[in-house]
Amino acid sequence: MEKKENYTVSIYTENNIGLLNRISAIFLKRHINIDTINSSPSEIEQIYRFVIVVKVSESDIKKIITQIEKQIEVIAAFFHTDQETIFQESALYKVKSKSLFEERHIQNIIKNSHAKIVTVSPEFFVIEKTGFREETEKLYKDLAPYGLLQFVRSGRISVTKEPLNITEILNEK
Amino acid sequence: MKISGSEAIIKCLLEENVDLIYGYPGGAIMPFYDSLYHFQDKINHVLVRHEQGATHAAQGYSRSSGKVGVVIATSGPGATNLVTGIADAQIDSTPMVCITGQVSSNLLGSDAFQETDIIGITTPITKWNYQITKASEIASIFSKAFYIARSGRPGPVLIDITKDAQFEMTDFLYKKHKKLRSYNPKPEISDNSISDACTLINKAKKPFIIFGQGVILANAEEEFRVLMEKTGIPSAWTILGLSAVATDHPLNVGMVGMHGNYGPNVLTNECDLLIAIGMRFDDRVTGNLNHYAKQAKIIHLEIDPAEINKNVKVDVAVLGDLKNTLPKIIEKVEEKKHEKWLQKFRDLNHIEYDKVIKDDLFPKKEKITMGEVIHQINIATKGNAIIVTDVGQHQMVACRYAKFNESKSNITSGGLGTMGFALPAAIGAKMGAPKREVIAIIGDGGFQMTIQELGTIFQTGVPVKIVVLNNDFLGMVRQWQQLFFDKRYSSTEMVNPDFVAIANGYQIESERVSKRENLKESIQKMIDSPNPFFMEVVVGKEDNVFPMIPTGESVSNMRLS
Ligand SMILES: Cc1ncc(C[n+]2csc(CCOP(=O)(O)OP(=O)(O)O)c2C)c(N)n1
Repeated sequence: MEKKENYTVSIYTENNIGLLNRISAIFLKRHINIDTINSSPSEIEQIYRFVIVVKVSESDIKKIITQIEKQIEVIAAFFHTDQETIFQESALYKVKSKSLFEERHIQNIIKNSHAKIVTVSPEFFVIEKTGFREETEKLYKDLAPYGLLQFVRSGRISVTKEPLNITEILNEK
Repeated sequence: MKISGSEAIIKCLLEENVDLIYGYPGGAIMPFYDSLYHFQDKINHVLVRHEQGATHAAQGYSRSSGKVGVVIATSGPGATNLVTGIADAQIDSTPMVCITGQVSSNLLGSDAFQETDIIGITTPITKWNYQITKASEIASIFSKAFYIARSGRPGPVLIDITKDAQFEMTDFLYKKHKKLRSYNPKPEISDNSISDACTLINKAKKPFIIFGQGVILANAEEEFRVLMEKTGIPSAWTILGLSAVATDHPLNVGMVGMHGNYGPNVLTNECDLLIAIGMRFDDRVTGNLNHYAKQAKIIHLEIDPAEINKNVKVDVAVLGDLKNTLPKIIEKVEEKKHEKWLQKFRDLNHIEYDKVIKDDLFPKKEKITMGEVIHQINIATKGNAIIVTDVGQHQMVACRYAKFNESKSNITSGGLGTMGFALPAAIGAKMGAPKREVIAIIGDGGFQMTIQELGTIFQTGVPVKIVVLNNDFLGMVRQWQQLFFDKRYSSTEMVNPDFVAIANGYQIESERVSKRENLKESIQKMIDSPNPFFMEVVVGKEDNVFPMIPTGESVSNMRLS
């Protein structure tokens, strides 16, 4: 069996209802679990960018990319390894305010993790941490013993080291 | 001047030169049907008996005429009944536009009466789909839909239109789509790929071509024949490539795949160059990929980049429309003959003739064989008919033995293997090519999946010829049970009704043949009839189709018995 690796898939698309379905169906069809998914406007007006992280073999990711590109409203799709991208994830942690004041240790955790305190209220406070998966996960593990009221992590957002030249692709067509 | 959305739909169809549609009315599409009432002289609406029949009829129409098939249905159950035909059209690259009514936009998402998320359901099985909620969108979306359905690698498109959008008044201005910035239907041809391909072709000692439906979809039959003749390369068809060149052409060495011919399957693993033209290396063609043409260099001529290296890794990919790539290759290849190599195909096919074909076509046993029925049809039609097949043993037998002189003559459900395809597809095929003889060959199982379309034949009078090869079994499944499940015939025996009586109920002239001495005469009678004609042929109950590549086996391990 070919080795599986993390790939970041970047997809530039027109803005169309249902496109998310169309793209995720390609993974579904191959029984592939999507690790994270993020959709946002791109650097070009009216054009959207999906960033999807999956763990698959290299030969599979190549086939998936052509099948994604085949979708009518997809302008271009790319895949990159972790080494070829700059990527981050954001996480939010909601903790009881009581623990912040009662447990001195928790303040050290926050300081050492370089996390940011977003909100403090009498009942709870919210910490934000942006970084690699290991970093947000470590903070999760450190905070968990003090009682996390809520935790959420964003999908990966990433830019590639190489240029993607979408404008040129659009002009060619 | 403003017109209603439903009239705008009709104007769009007229702009696209659509004069024939297949459909079935219902609540959410009633405004359209009301507008259609005023355009009956311009658009012929064929009322099918089940929406699945509409999709297969549209497919048959498209496959015999090369035009886009159009289907119309209501929301909910009407729309879901289209699913099988859409999936079939997607996998077999058939251009089709399906229009479904939808509940009014203010009700969307509320589980309204006959509301179904048909966009969600058909997303993975359409080339493109879209839900219209405003009449002003109709012109541009229809123009886009037809452009997408027929360009590049063709496929089915579905447009869902809410009922309020059909009632809404709108200005109408139709502009034909010629391009979309996110869609590249014809990949640019790389000159390097052409010269690399030609170098391999000119060097090859034992080259072998497999051609698929791509040749037909590109209208490149003539170019393909010229290439084949100039290079003298033995060529075999995939089931959907059948009829792209005449079956009797001396370089045409038969069919590849599970029930194809012995020579082309076995020699796939002996050629030094495999040239795949407009085909997609389906698993029914390749058998076990780990033992598929490993010794050969491979060239793949293909319009769809997603097919390159999907199943088989190739040495040279020539992306592009065959209509453009083939002439470039013809120009650069040397004229050659491969007499000795060609003889190998003939030798192996002789073995197959002695062991299989002779007994299929000229049987000594009492019961009629499927093969001899096809043989007699060949004689009666001189290979000039369109043959529409369903799915099962009769399909394999028909595709092995039917003779074709003309392209677009073999219409079958290849990729999806949809039982119930043939009867409605034959209706569409005849309407798409009214001057041609259209004969449907169907098993007793598949016939009963869409048997209600006899009503469509009765009502329209479309003169299709129907041959049911009755073995009182789901024959193909029974064959597998016999060969691979120790003859445990689990739920494959059929207790069948009196088919002739049913056909008579629809006032279709009909005949039952169970004796060999009546076969020829009955077939002649069927061909001579200017009307629809139904013929049931009672064939051997437990006959098998050979040769065969068992699942998971290599193409070179083809079994002759
Ligand atoms: C809609 C559908 N259901 C089930 C199958 C599986 N299947 C493939 S061939 C076959 C038997 C077909 O029997 P019949 O129509 O009598 O044709 P025969 O094989 O006897 O020629 C079946 C059940 C199918 N291809 N399509």
